[in-house]
Amino acid sequence: MGKGFISRGFRGRRREPEGASERVPPGQYLVDGFPVLSAGPTPRTPLSEWSFSVEGEIDEPKSWSWEEFRALPSEEITRDIHCVTKWSKLDTTWEGVSVDTLLEGVETAAGYVLAFADGGYTTNLPLEEVTGGQAWIAHTYDGEPLAPEHGGPARLLVPHLYLWKSAKWVRGLRLLNQDEPGFWESLGYHNHGDPWREQRYWGD
Amino acid sequence: MAGTVRRLTWQVGEIVETSPQTPRTKSLFLEVPEWRGHRAGQHVDVRLTAEDGYQAERSYSIASAPENGRVELVVERLDDGEVSPYLADELRDGDGLELRGPIGGWFAWDAEEGGPLLLVAGGSGIAPLMAMVRHRKATGSDTPVRLLYSSRSYEEIIFRQELETLAADDETLEVIHTLTRSQPESWRGYDRRIDEKMLRKVAHAPEEHPLAFVCGPTPLVETVATALVHLGHDPARIKTERFGPTGG
Amino acid sequence: MDEQRLDGNAAAGILEEIFTFEITTARAACVHCGAAGEVGAQMAYVTEIGTVLRCSSCDNALIRIVRQQSTPQRYWLDLKGIEYLQLQ
Repeated sequence: MGKGFISRGFRGRRREPEGASERVPPGQYLVDGFPVLSAGPTPRTPLSEWSFSVEGEIDEPKSWSWEEFRALPSEEITRDIHCVTKWSKLDTTWEGVSVDTLLEGVETAAGYVLAFADGGYTTNLPLEEVTGGQAWIAHTYDGEPLAPEHGGPARLLVPHLYLWKSAKWVRGLRLLNQDEPGFWESLGYHNHGDPWREQRYWGD
Repeated sequence: MAGTVRRLTWQVGEIVETSPQTPRTKSLFLEVPEWRGHRAGQHVDVRLTAEDGYQAERSYSIASAPENGRVELVVERLDDGEVSPYLADELRDGDGLELRGPIGGWFAWDAEEGGPLLLVAGGSGIAPLMAMVRHRKATGSDTPVRLLYSSRSYEEIIFRQELETLAADDETLEVIHTLTRSQPESWRGYDRRIDEKMLRKVAHAPEEHPLAFVCGPTPLVETVATALVHLGHDPARIKTERFGPTGG
Repeated sequence: MDEQRLDGNAAAGILEEIFTFEITTARAACVHCGAAGEVGAQMAYVTEIGTVLRCSSCDNALIRIVRQQSTPQRYWLDLKGIEYLQLQ
């Protein structure tokens, strides 16, 4: 892109990596806050009505109420997160149930999952990228219950991919034999979304 | 088709004057070389670009009347803002500011549309409504206007003096203030956030079919719009401009 | 109360990069609930990841737009949520 107008003296609110620059993927910058990007109204499902399901190419669909979900073994994890809009945060702390735990005992030949959320948002991933300790259903961020604007009561967390894959307000995973592009993947965003290969848009 | 056929492109306007309004706000006056003119109520998108190409965009309502050749923007300095501190503190006369517009014919008023007009503003939400008040004055219109304006304190009323002067000379323009955080000793006006009870007193009767424009922080806009409908006003005659988290 | 939920006017900037006419006063009918109203009267979610214009009656996505800033600049536009657009 040719250089257009430059605003004299403008820097923006980015932070310098301070010696952690090898942890910042290409094209990203660090931020202090936790930006909120919404594609729709913030869902407000009461916990008494909340459930999480695993369905689709599976012999017996599974479902947990909020109490049942919170009774499952939960882990604390610290990860870097990267948004396709170019901001990154290092060492974010979460607590959640590993997707491996939710898929325990599930026999399937499906190769793909579609995560679906309140409000209609969806995102697609290969099954092998949400298993093996790569993904969680997170209910706690930075020691506090996950705030609604950040996806609470629970969101998918898949830190090795751009954050749009970490579906906020997640309500379940649908196992599929064929890949099905989700909300942003069907509208220009890369089907895979690896920040280290800068897979932001179609064709990247 | 009504309106102009054009593609919205970025232009560079020149800051010709900056003027503090209140402790937290400042007016920027711009000359925009190929400005096509605007309607009262419209806004511009402003874009800042750093040396390395990083960009930030925000929308700002135009406070100047269409009859005024210069474009006036009102900037409220947000403490943790990314764009507003730059606009309010860094920009000097002669600097360029990239913008595009005018945008948003839906939230706009021309004097020939008549009224009566009910304008409700919160803080820097006064900007597009001030364009309407100034436009009305410039055209010599006598459309009755009631402006209900919520500010944190007397010192933070933007355009206070100008509104006082305009209202003093014109009995068809009524300005009602409410000061929500602190009031001067002698204050006998409203001293709370706008609510339905206040609107019942201040707004025109629904039978007068006012055209309402509400602008400011989202909570204020939603409270006012809901209250007006509750009071019997036609939703189709209520237009809102929520500023959202990044001001405007 | 959603701070990111703005009036349709807020989507006008990016919409008018694509459409060359005044879009906020165009009337859009929702495929989901049938409600018809001016684009300016719908709800807009405008962020760096994309812009979504939603029906103010039922929240159905009327228009979705993604803009890729770099070279080449590309837009993706989804209008499936609109039954029709009426332009004056």
